[in-house]
Amino acid sequence: MPTFNLKINNETHTVEADMDTPLLWVLRDKINLVGTKYGCGIGQCGACNIHVDGNVMRSCLLQVSQAEGMSITTIEGLSEHGDHPVQQAWKEIDVPQCGYCQAGQIMTASAFLDKNPKPTESQIRNAMHGNICRCASYNSIEQAVKVASEKMS
Amino acid sequence: MTPSKKITFSRRSFLKSSALASGGMIIGFNLFNACKPEAKLPVDLSQLNYSDFNAFIKISEEGKVTIFSPNPEIGQGVKTSMPMIIAEELEVAWDDVYVVQAPLDTKNYTRQVAGGSQSIRHGWEALRQTGATAKQMLVNAAAARWGIETSECKVKEGVITNTKDETLGYGDVVLEAALLEVPEEVTLKDPKDFTIIGQGKSNVDIDKIITGKPLYGLDYKEEGMLYAAVLRPPAFGQVLESFDDSGARSLPGVVDVITIGEKLRAFKDSGKTNWSMQMSTTDKVVVIGKTTWDAMKGKKAIKAIWKKDSELESTENHDKELLDLLDSKDLTTKRSDGDVKKAFAEADTVLERIYEAPFLPHNCLEPMNFFANVTPEKVHLVGPVQTPASAQKVVSELLERDIEDVHVEMTRMGGGFGRRLYGDFVYEAAEISNVIQKPIKMVSSREDDMTTGVYRPASKYKIAASIKDGKLTGYHLKEACINVNMYGLIPNFFPAGAVKNYQVDTANYKSNITTGAWRAPYTNFLASAEQSFFDELAEVLNIDRVKLHMDLLENVKNNPEPNIEYSPERLQGVLKLAVEKSNWGKAADGVYQGLSVYYCHNTHVAEVADVILENGVPNVKKVTCAVDCGIVINPLGAMNQIRGGVLDGIGHAMYSDFGFNNGVPQSSNFNTYQLIRMGQTPKVDVHFVESNLDPTGLGEPTLPPVGAAVANAIYKATGKRLTKQPYMKNMNVEEKVLG
Ligand code: FES
Ligand code: FES
Repeated sequence: MPTFNLKINNETHTVEADMDTPLLWVLRDKINLVGTKYGCGIGQCGACNIHVDGNVMRSCLLQVSQAEGMSITTIEGLSEHGDHPVQQAWKEIDVPQCGYCQAGQIMTASAFLDKNPKPTESQIRNAMHGNICRCASYNSIEQAVKVASEKMS
Repeated sequence: MTPSKKITFSRRSFLKSSALASGGMIIGFNLFNACKPEAKLPVDLSQLNYSDFNAFIKISEEGKVTIFSPNPEIGQGVKTSMPMIIAEELEVAWDDVYVVQAPLDTKNYTRQVAGGSQSIRHGWEALRQTGATAKQMLVNAAAARWGIETSECKVKEGVITNTKDETLGYGDVVLEAALLEVPEEVTLKDPKDFTIIGQGKSNVDIDKIITGKPLYGLDYKEEGMLYAAVLRPPAFGQVLESFDDSGARSLPGVVDVITIGEKLRAFKDSGKTNWSMQMSTTDKVVVIGKTTWDAMKGKKAIKAIWKKDSELESTENHDKELLDLLDSKDLTTKRSDGDVKKAFAEADTVLERIYEAPFLPHNCLEPMNFFANVTPEKVHLVGPVQTPASAQKVVSELLERDIEDVHVEMTRMGGGFGRRLYGDFVYEAAEISNVIQKPIKMVSSREDDMTTGVYRPASKYKIAASIKDGKLTGYHLKEACINVNMYGLIPNFFPAGAVKNYQVDTANYKSNITTGAWRAPYTNFLASAEQSFFDELAEVLNIDRVKLHMDLLENVKNNPEPNIEYSPERLQGVLKLAVEKSNWGKAADGVYQGLSVYYCHNTHVAEVADVILENGVPNVKKVTCAVDCGIVINPLGAMNQIRGGVLDGIGHAMYSDFGFNNGVPQSSNFNTYQLIRMGQTPKVDVHFVESNLDPTGLGEPTLPPVGAAVANAIYKATGKRLTKQPYMKNMNVEEKVLG
């Protein structure tokens, strides 16, 4: 099996994996970063969202071989103490229900607010449309993105 | 609930206290039993040992309180709200309370088999008693130390004060308290003195969730654990004929390929059945891999041949069978008041409509999975299941092991919606590990999860009303459903008791497709059907929609009927509140409103949907939701539940469709199966009826009525009555993708 050097949360990890292994499963099963979730495996739900060079990406669609040389951030590395403004807002609003989708939601929201710190309501709704929450905590997510944007600006 | 009351209870049934070797005091209680409505079990204390308890309050010498809550968390917030109730009566500051869901590591308490009702309603009184008992023991200990009467002591936030203003913290007296008898009688607080209940408290796992810590079944790992992917028949009605695993075995990450099914068949062949076993008993091919991906990839490389074993059913047949049943002799009468036949024979007009809903998968975002490690010594099972006690029992029978050898631990669950009541995935995991005698985690892909589900069955209703001299004289509801019916539960819901001549009949069609409970079982579609019907009925009767309901509920008040389960007063209360808060009848131009009012799962709800049309496509902008759920324990959690229920209800009523073609499910992932997304969601504006009555559940009751609120609003907007879900598909409008 080939070996890959991955830069994840500012640390280098060397892993052995099949070329076509989605980064999602490398993170979860090989590097023990289980915060990134599996929901569909086909890019539909956003539970697996991570940041790649600052952009939000579906880790279930990114093969490990494509991830070399990129700077990858997972939910575990979003902030050192769990206090990124988006995380703070999530806590303030008490967004999670079952919580399973929330890492992906937070990763989407944080990359989005980085690029657009003062979004309109419809921009927020568009930006978050790719993340499914089966518990339908959408009202709270929307509210939390607003709160986070206030914190960031 | 009357203000502060003295209660005597047979605490022996579910409470026991003890000193801890490490210092401090522990009170054990059986949440499973305590949460049953008939909590007062006639059990002799001497017969009990700690393994009978599954929930504990630990009070340390520092005065910190740890509540070991075994209650599985599926997203309903009970892991937060149940400890809130205990802490309230215990009189401690919420900041001093820690909630842990983990087996205690003390040898005596390792049998952490937990389970129980998700319902706050059942747990309410028992949890209060538990907290109040612990407080009473601490106060008794302080009073004894001071040599005074307990009535001379006051407690606030874990500090006991006597009349001389001397104080003792809980931690100071905990060792003495642990040695005292459990009091027979305790006093519960007056709800108006509550300081924790009614305050918004964050989810106790919030920090872990937002930082991605391992919590869920899919995150659980043990040294040497392998991953298992199960290849099940692609169609209901098929069994395995043969398979070729050479492709899979040649993959470097594949460790083994095995089959399972033998144990399950032996179980069934011996004449045993279990309600939780909603699964095919055919042989299944299992690929064991080093990682999840290895197992999934290996599964794709298996070439299997399946053969037909029973009917390969299609939605087309189901539709026909169910429609036929609605007019057949197979209907059984579940409730009959007055003389419906006569009312219809004498009617001037009859309004009759058919309402239809498809199968639905649960689609918990965390797919079904379970860890199993079967060794000669024991069977260790870990994962997201709502019914661990039943899982333990069935696995012990399946593998023919002593029940004491089977240990079940629960993880947090990535959604439940009814799916994790069933244990199929636990039994598969156990059988796999039993074959290879290694620790494994069975992981379903989304496709596995959606295509081998335990579905909400498809159903159809025919509802008819007889009208004479402009008045409603009779109501006749018939239900035809796949596999199950309403079990006589629903006949006592509104409008039972409100219409003199009233009848409910049901029939079902037996299918080999596995079906079961889905969020708000029985009513999740029924409410949509009935509340759409009432909207049309008001129009035919030429009466205001709100007045029709108010009058019917007035009938119930005037002729009380002992069997009905709802309260006419409380239904009127939520209806009034929703009308007031939604600006009913005074909506802005271009905003169309629809109303729905319903009682289920012990909670009364009224909802008003505001719909606008954008290029002819309906868009739900707002839902006003009035709820009477008694005392609101945790407003933050309650809001989440209510909003989630409303949006989930809209999503499934509008967009989600699921059918079969020759036994094969027609969707297998979120590219073809639509779940509601943010752009499609309205704002949900929640209002509670102020109440001092015992709390009732919120996980389910806001979901059923909302379909009708939306359908009724769309009717006003478009003039089209929607009777078949999902509405968007059956309206033939292209849905706008982004909001
Ligand atoms: S798991 Fe990657 S988008 Fe769903
Ligand atoms: S909180 Fe459960 S899926 Fe989003």
